[in-house]
Amino acid sequence: MKHIIRKIFRSPLFLVGFGIFMLMLSMILIYPLINPGNPLQSIGLGNFAGPGTYVSLYDSVSSQRSVLRLPEADSNRIASLLSQEDRVKMAYWLDVTGKDIEGLNIHDTEALLSAWKTHYDGKERPAGMTKADRNFYERLNKRLVAASNAPALSLSETDPQSGETVEKGSIGKDDYVNISAVANVKTLPLGTDNFGRDVLKELVSAAGTSLVIGLIAGTVATLIGLWLGLLAGYLGGWVDDVIMFFTNIFTVIPGFVLLILISYSIGQDQRGATTVAVVIGLTSWVWTARSVRSQVISLRNRDHVNLSKLSGHSVLRIIWRDILPYILSYVIMAFILQVSSGILAEAQLSLLGLGPKTTEVPTLGLMMNWAMLYSAHLNGSWWAYFPVILVIALISFSLNLMNTGLDQVFNPQLRS
Amino acid sequence: MKGYRKYFTKKIVWFIVTFAAALVLNFFLPRLMPADPVAAITGRLASGMTDATAVSRIYKQYQAEFGTDKPLMQQFFTFLGNLTRGDLGTSFSQYPRKVTDILGSAIWWTVFLQLPAILVGWLLGNLLGALAAYIRKGFDKVLLPMTLFLSNIPAFGMAVILLVVFAVNLKWAPISGGYAFDMIPNASFDFLRSVIQHYHLPFWSIVLISIGGQAIGMRSMSIYELNADYVKYARFLGIKDRKIVRYVFRNAMLPQVTGLALSIGTMIGGALVAEIIFNYPGLGTTMYRAVTMADYPLISATTLIITFMVLLSAFLLDILYAFIDPRVKAAQIN
Repeated sequence: MKHIIRKIFRSPLFLVGFGIFMLMLSMILIYPLINPGNPLQSIGLGNFAGPGTYVSLYDSVSSQRSVLRLPEADSNRIASLLSQEDRVKMAYWLDVTGKDIEGLNIHDTEALLSAWKTHYDGKERPAGMTKADRNFYERLNKRLVAASNAPALSLSETDPQSGETVEKGSIGKDDYVNISAVANVKTLPLGTDNFGRDVLKELVSAAGTSLVIGLIAGTVATLIGLWLGLLAGYLGGWVDDVIMFFTNIFTVIPGFVLLILISYSIGQDQRGATTVAVVIGLTSWVWTARSVRSQVISLRNRDHVNLSKLSGHSVLRIIWRDILPYILSYVIMAFILQVSSGILAEAQLSLLGLGPKTTEVPTLGLMMNWAMLYSAHLNGSWWAYFPVILVIALISFSLNLMNTGLDQVFNPQLRS
Repeated sequence: MKGYRKYFTKKIVWFIVTFAAALVLNFFLPRLMPADPVAAITGRLASGMTDATAVSRIYKQYQAEFGTDKPLMQQFFTFLGNLTRGDLGTSFSQYPRKVTDILGSAIWWTVFLQLPAILVGWLLGNLLGALAAYIRKGFDKVLLPMTLFLSNIPAFGMAVILLVVFAVNLKWAPISGGYAFDMIPNASFDFLRSVIQHYHLPFWSIVLISIGGQAIGMRSMSIYELNADYVKYARFLGIKDRKIVRYVFRNAMLPQVTGLALSIGTMIGGALVAEIIFNYPGLGTTMYRAVTMADYPLISATTLIITFMVLLSAFLLDILYAFIDPRVKAAQIN
C-alpha cells in the first residue's frame, strides 16, 4: 500500500492535478474564515458592479485631507472624461476643417487636447455638419474647458430645523485623502453579480456546494455501480443477465434525459442541492457497473478465489477480501470521474432551469444560470460568468489529471 | 451479408427493447410530478375570473382534452396509440399548437448542427490523438495537458467564451438565433447566407469540445497498439514504419467507433445546453423554453425525440462497426 501511494505521488500528472485540487479546496475552506458572512447577501444595488476597490465618497469627504500638486492630474482627469467615441469625433472635426493633424494619436490625450485647444472654433461651419452636430461639439468643448479649469466643488448641508442650506466646505482639485484614512473601503475582487452579491464570496461558496454535489453524486453512483457490478460479475447466471439487461438499457438511454425527467418530476420546491446530487448519482452508475463486472469476471476463476471458496468462506468475505482489493484502483478512478461529471451535470441542469432551488445555496450552475438570465455575457460583465466557467473547468481538469496519473501508475503500458 | 444476419437481428431487437424502455420511462417519470399541470394552464387562462363554476368548467374541459382525468394505464395506452399516429399531444405554453409542429422545425436545426459538428470533432480529435501517440516527446507533453484542459471546459462555457470573443467583441458573427430576426425561413440565397453566418459559433463550440475527449481516448488506444506484439514483430521483419502506422491506427480506431456510440448521448446532451446560450432554434432551446413555461407535453416529447436520436445514432454506429471490423462477421459465422 505504502509503495503504491509513493508511486502515485511520483507521477507528475497526478501531482499537478492534486496540487490544483488542493489549492481550490484550501481556498474553499479558508476564504470563508477571512471573509465571513452569508454569500447570498445582496450588498449592492443594481446590476453588475465591476471588480475593484470601492471607496466611500461620503466618508472620504470628512477624512483628513492633504494637498498634492501632481503634474499629470489635469490630463488624467480629462482623459477619464473622454470616451473613445469623443476622441474619434474630435479627430473627425479637426480633419474635416482641414487642420493639420498629421500623426495625431487619438489615445494621446495631451496631444489631442492641445490640437483641439489651438484649432477649435465654435463659429466655424464645417461642410456637411448639421446644427445638432455643431451643438455636440459645443457641449464637448464646454466640458473640456470646465474640466481643465476644475473649479472647486462646494459641500453643503441642509439644516434639519430651518431648512436652510449651509455651506460646510469645499473640495479643490488638489485635495487628496489617504485611502487608509477613509473609514469605509471595500475591495470586491470580482465585483458584484446581478443581485448585487459579492461574486468572489459567492463563487467560493458555490464551488464548495458543487464539490459536495459532485462527491455525493459520485458516492451514490459508485456504490450502486460497484454492487451491481460485483453481483453480476461474481454470481453470474440469471442475476448477471437481469443486471446486464438493465445496465445495457441505461447505457444507451442518455443519462441526462432521465436527469431532466426526474428533476422536473421532483418539482422546484423539493429540489435541494442534496436531492439533485442523489438524482445525478442515480442516473450515472452505469459505467462503474460495467467496468467492475468485467474486472470481476476476469478475477472470479483465479486460484486464490477458488481456494477461498474451497475453504468455505462466505460470498461477502470472498468479495471483500479476495476481489475488492484487486479492483479498488478501478473503482477509485471511476469515482474521480463520477465526481467531475456530477459537477458538470449539476451545471447543465441548472442552466436548463432544473437545478437546485434558488433560495438556499449558490452552486456553480446556478451562478452561471443567473449570469445568463441577466445577459452578463452580452453587457460585458465578464466577472459574473468567466470565473464560474474557469472554476468548473479547473475542478474537472484537476480531477481528470489525477485520474490520468493513476491510470499511468496502474497501467504501466501507457508510460513510455 | 449472410454472416451479418444474426448480428443485425440482435441489434434491431435490442434497439426496439431499449426504445420501449425509454417510452415507459419517458411517460411515467413526468407523471410522478406533484404539481398539476392542468391546474397551471387553467390558472393562467382563468386569471381575473371570479366565477368559481366557470373556472371549474375550464379545468374540466382541459382535463378531458389532455386526458388527465383517466387512470394512468389508460393514459399510457392512449399515448402509445397517438404516438403511432405521430401525435405527441398539444403544447401547454403554446396552446393550441401541436407538439409535433413545434418539434418538427426544431429537430432539423439540431440534427444539422450536431451531426456535422460531432463528426468533425471526432475526426479532428482522433487525428490529434494519433499524432500525439506517434510523435510522443514534446508534442505529447504539450498537447496532452492542453487537450485535457480543453475537454474539461463545459460545452456551455465554450459557447459563452466563443460568443463573447467572436460575436460581442469582434463582431465577426451574429449574437443569437439560427437566422436573422427580420427573416422568415424560406429557400432564398439570402436566408441561406444568414443561416451559415449564425451556424459558425455553435458549430465550432461543439467541435472544440469534442476534440479533447476523443484525442485523449485515441492517444491511449494508439499507445496500447504501438506497444503490441504484432507491431514489434512487424518491426523485426523490417516492414516500413509508414505501413505499420496504418495498421496500428486502423486497430486503434475501432474502439473509438464503439466509444462514439456509447458517448454520443453525453455529447448530444452537452451540445443541447450549448444551444441555449446561442438561442439556437433547436431542441435544446425548445426544451429550455418548455421547462421555464412548465409545459410537460413539450418536455416529454423533446426528451423522447432526443432519446430516439441517441438510440438511433448508437444503433447506426453499431451497424457501421460490423462492416469496418471483420471480426464481428467472423464471430457470427462460427
